[in-house]
Amino acid sequence: MKLTHFRFETDADGIATLTWDMPGRSMNVITQEVMAELGTVVDHVVATEAIKGCVITSGKDAFSGGADLTMLQGMGMEYMKLVKSKGEEPAMQFFLEASSSLSKLYRKLETCGKPFAAAVHGTCLGGAFELALSCHYRVLSDNDKTRVGLPEIKVGLFPGAGGTQRVARLMQTGDALQMLFKGEQIKPAAAKSMNLAHAVAPREKIVETAKEWIRAGGSAKAPWDIEGFKNPSNKVHSPAGMMIWPPANAIYRRETQDNYPAAKAILQACYEGLQLPMDLALRVESRYFAHILRTPEAAAMIRSLFMSKGELEKGARRPAKVPPLKIKRVGIVGAGFMGAGIAYVSAQAGLNVVLVDRDQEAADKGKAYSHKLMTDQVMKGRAKTADRDALLARIHATPDYNALKGCDIVIEAVFEDRAVKAEVIKKVQAAIGRRTIFASNTSTLPISSLAENFERQSQFIGIHFFSPVEKMMLVEIIMGKRTGDRALATALDFVRAIRKTPIVVNDCRGFFANRCVLNYIREGHLMLAEGVPAAMIENMAKKAGMPVGPLSLNDEVALDLGWKILQATKKDLGPEAIDAKQEALLKTMVVDLERFGRKNGKGFYDYAPTGKKLWPGLKDLQPTKLNADTLDKQELVDRLLVVQALEAARTVEEKVITDVREADVGAILGFGFAPYTGGPLSYIDRMGTKAFVAQCEKLAAKHGDRFKPNKLLRAMARKSETFYGRFNPYKSAA
Amino acid sequence: MTDAFIYDHVRTPRGKGKADGSLHEVTAVRLAETTLRAIQKRNNLDVTSVDDVVLGCVDPVGEASGDIARSAAIAAGYGESVPGIQINRFCASGLDAVAFGAAQVMAGQKDMVIGGGVEAMSRIGMGASGMMPAVDPSVAIPSYFSPQGVAADLIATKYGFSRDDVDAYAVESHKRAAMAWNEGRFGKSVVPVKDINGLTILGKDETIRPNTDMQSLGGLKASFAMMGEQGGFNAVAIQGHPEVETITHVHHAGNSSGIVDGASAVLVGNKIAGRKAGLKPRARIRGFASLGSDLALVLTGPVDVTEKLLKRTGMTIKDIDLIEINEAFSAVVLRYLQAFDLDPNKVNVNGGAIAMGHPLGATGAMILGTVIDELERRDLSTGLVTLCVAHGMGTAMIVERV
Repeated sequence: MKLTHFRFETDADGIATLTWDMPGRSMNVITQEVMAELGTVVDHVVATEAIKGCVITSGKDAFSGGADLTMLQGMGMEYMKLVKSKGEEPAMQFFLEASSSLSKLYRKLETCGKPFAAAVHGTCLGGAFELALSCHYRVLSDNDKTRVGLPEIKVGLFPGAGGTQRVARLMQTGDALQMLFKGEQIKPAAAKSMNLAHAVAPREKIVETAKEWIRAGGSAKAPWDIEGFKNPSNKVHSPAGMMIWPPANAIYRRETQDNYPAAKAILQACYEGLQLPMDLALRVESRYFAHILRTPEAAAMIRSLFMSKGELEKGARRPAKVPPLKIKRVGIVGAGFMGAGIAYVSAQAGLNVVLVDRDQEAADKGKAYSHKLMTDQVMKGRAKTADRDALLARIHATPDYNALKGCDIVIEAVFEDRAVKAEVIKKVQAAIGRRTIFASNTSTLPISSLAENFERQSQFIGIHFFSPVEKMMLVEIIMGKRTGDRALATALDFVRAIRKTPIVVNDCRGFFANRCVLNYIREGHLMLAEGVPAAMIENMAKKAGMPVGPLSLNDEVALDLGWKILQATKKDLGPEAIDAKQEALLKTMVVDLERFGRKNGKGFYDYAPTGKKLWPGLKDLQPTKLNADTLDKQELVDRLLVVQALEAARTVEEKVITDVREADVGAILGFGFAPYTGGPLSYIDRMGTKAFVAQCEKLAAKHGDRFKPNKLLRAMARKSETFYGRFNPYKSAA
Repeated sequence: MTDAFIYDHVRTPRGKGKADGSLHEVTAVRLAETTLRAIQKRNNLDVTSVDDVVLGCVDPVGEASGDIARSAAIAAGYGESVPGIQINRFCASGLDAVAFGAAQVMAGQKDMVIGGGVEAMSRIGMGASGMMPAVDPSVAIPSYFSPQGVAADLIATKYGFSRDDVDAYAVESHKRAAMAWNEGRFGKSVVPVKDINGLTILGKDETIRPNTDMQSLGGLKASFAMMGEQGGFNAVAIQGHPEVETITHVHHAGNSSGIVDGASAVLVGNKIAGRKAGLKPRARIRGFASLGSDLALVLTGPVDVTEKLLKRTGMTIKDIDLIEINEAFSAVVLRYLQAFDLDPNKVNVNGGAIAMGHPLGATGAMILGTVIDELERRDLSTGLVTLCVAHGMGTAMIVERV
């Protein structure tokens, strides 16, 4: 038996150990070759009488992250070819066979007649955990790095190699559905209590524990292959099932707005599968898996949330000629909410932080935020007191600018005021070394003009964090006119160090994310002014896939801020640059009624300790009241998405966005743009630029010029080009 | 097209649908048998002339399993020649059973049929036959499935019925039902359920509480708040009607239809069959219709199906003298009144299911009988009967006296 990706040894007791250790890779991944070799091993174990059973483990620091998603893309391409050469049905037949081969391999292992055990240390996710689930025994290392789980749902897929069926037979249906919906990474102890593992042992003992189980006569039959097996929640159609399934279906809709076919397929595969014996249940799961693989949602989510996001995190936009930097010390000026958050995430990443504010008290207050967040973690059992102390020890809070000396990068997060910022920039400049990069966390002021306060403008850059910093994964890096490569590389290395996702955008009013968001909020305002019921605006936004409605979002960022931005825009660009109806609405809300949003307890919503409710007075601001039953709901959804996608397309035309991946990833991570679409540009691509332009023109005719497609889109529509075609991020700009 | 006439109709009294209800000791088939025997006896009917017995039954399992219509005919002594068929369109089954039989009479394929229904809810729990549309994701999700109570609360929220509104309607239902019994208005059609020795087990509806008032109802907690919130159903309801911000829960046991045991039967035939049997027709079936309606509201089918039926029959709502709309929940009736801007004194004049209960499969034929009796009593001409139906449907029938 010749193996490349595994080592196979049999001990004196006749127990084989299969060590997964792929050459030239830091992480094991499931490929066609791995599958072929695993199949050979199963045959060998069965055929060799002397072998009693087999333990599968990894030779690397982690078990495996699962299947190679490019393998799935390959199948998709083969399918397209077959459609052309042989027709739809033979192509689909091939696709079903190919996409179910992993499931069949695992079932072969599970039913081979000899006991298999998985000894897992480190990450074991997706297809790799499905392998473990098909083994008859699972032991996990009690190590902090060990995590198991089925995260497929996060990229629009679902566990299609037996995951849904085995999980649903290991625990109560409600728990199983929740686990499959959430796709979380599960710690060893939790996994054991969930019945996902049989034992937890120290890392060095996992293989021995597994062997001991085989020696002790471990059964080669999965529980569901033993006659008389009952599902943990018993029959689907039963009084017990009536307590599970109707709420499960409702909660699916509540959580997804019925936008995520993979989540629905999990429900359906479990519903049908739990009424069948395992072999048929797996076949049903495979049919849904093949179907889901072919959905545009899965394609879009894999591309943006897995491929593109990963590429950006690994430095796709980093200037290659700047040697990699190891960021050790970061300075933060301004210990307010943003600065305190940046300090926390930096310290959490192991960086030394100098947190400066005008006096010791203010600086300490910023540091106290880290104390609070870490205490919360300790309370939740996610960190130890020692972790908190170590993290706090890395933050040096001081009013002394000279402490910034020796920082690799200094980030200012002071009040959004040119004069205040200018003063801080000067003070920092006086304190830091010549090679330190200066970054501004401004969200509204153009970077190029702020940079003028700094001597070495090539070392000046924007790093725009989103609030709350510890939760929001996106960071916008803003290139000023004179920002140099080393500043960009340093900023990217810093973002990588704090494990966030960067997008690099060129300087402009609002940068990228806020431009789209402002359009979204304005559309909500205009709908309200038109007479759409307020609740309907909010609910249709959620139906569109947005995490919060535009009115609610506006309340969060504050209406008076919106009013100020609008007035500034009017002043800078003239009255035609803003919408008069929006201005009138905001004037009433902000100037006349002093409804500023959550911050003063009244905005579009009223805020009470018991929760928030739409302000009933909104109705009186609507001269016309449209009938909800006759309103075109799809058009409301379209408007809310199109208005953002169109703005994203404008940023491409203006070269604010220079890599289409960044618009998509940035929109999803930055403001939650409907993830099932893969982002605003993927949304346009899926619709087709022709159809999108037609849609824009239709909306423009009905609702105003803000929907007019830009030149780039019209040009693309003429040639039926897509963003990922015309601006192919993988074709180097020659 | 042949005309279908109603020659007679009977119903059992409705017994409280619990272990302490008077009809709890009586099997489902015995309830159905009671009405079939009464139809035979009252009309001195040669049962061999009956071409079919169509009975609605929503949970046809256990003692109601195996085509209870045929079983009831056998038990009632109709002999081997009379076939039976059990049908299910949830709450409208009883009315649909009459329509099903009448349609075949109108089509000239049958001469004399019995339509009706039976539900022994104290003995066979509601939902005993399962509810696949709530369970199978491929149906439940596009159906915006939510429990009917949540849907009723959505109707109240959407159309602006307050807790006081729905409670006031429930008070009125009890008042009207009590008055109807006091005046003997149900006397023509209620047949007592008797034991094997001929002793009466129950002769009168037993869930009417004439003293029900706003205060007594006001003490009841809304029944569907927790289910709506924790089960995710409020969110589903709102996704169906996104102009609603939050669901106001107003329904409870006191303003919803009661769970009861009961059966009903309606004798339908063409003119010649009636003449041969020596019977005088009491009403002509003018038309009937069913449809699917808004899935999230579930229970607004009566509005839509009434519109459809009026159009089919070339009538307007003004042509209708009396209406019976099943009181599944107060909001169902209030929405119906609101939609057609009806005079409440023309609708459910003798109370309804909130007071007397709703034996699911039987109710449709029961309230058909109620409207005919009342048309006769008031010497009016035209009546309309309609019921809301689970999974977003509605059925209606228009009858006119002859």
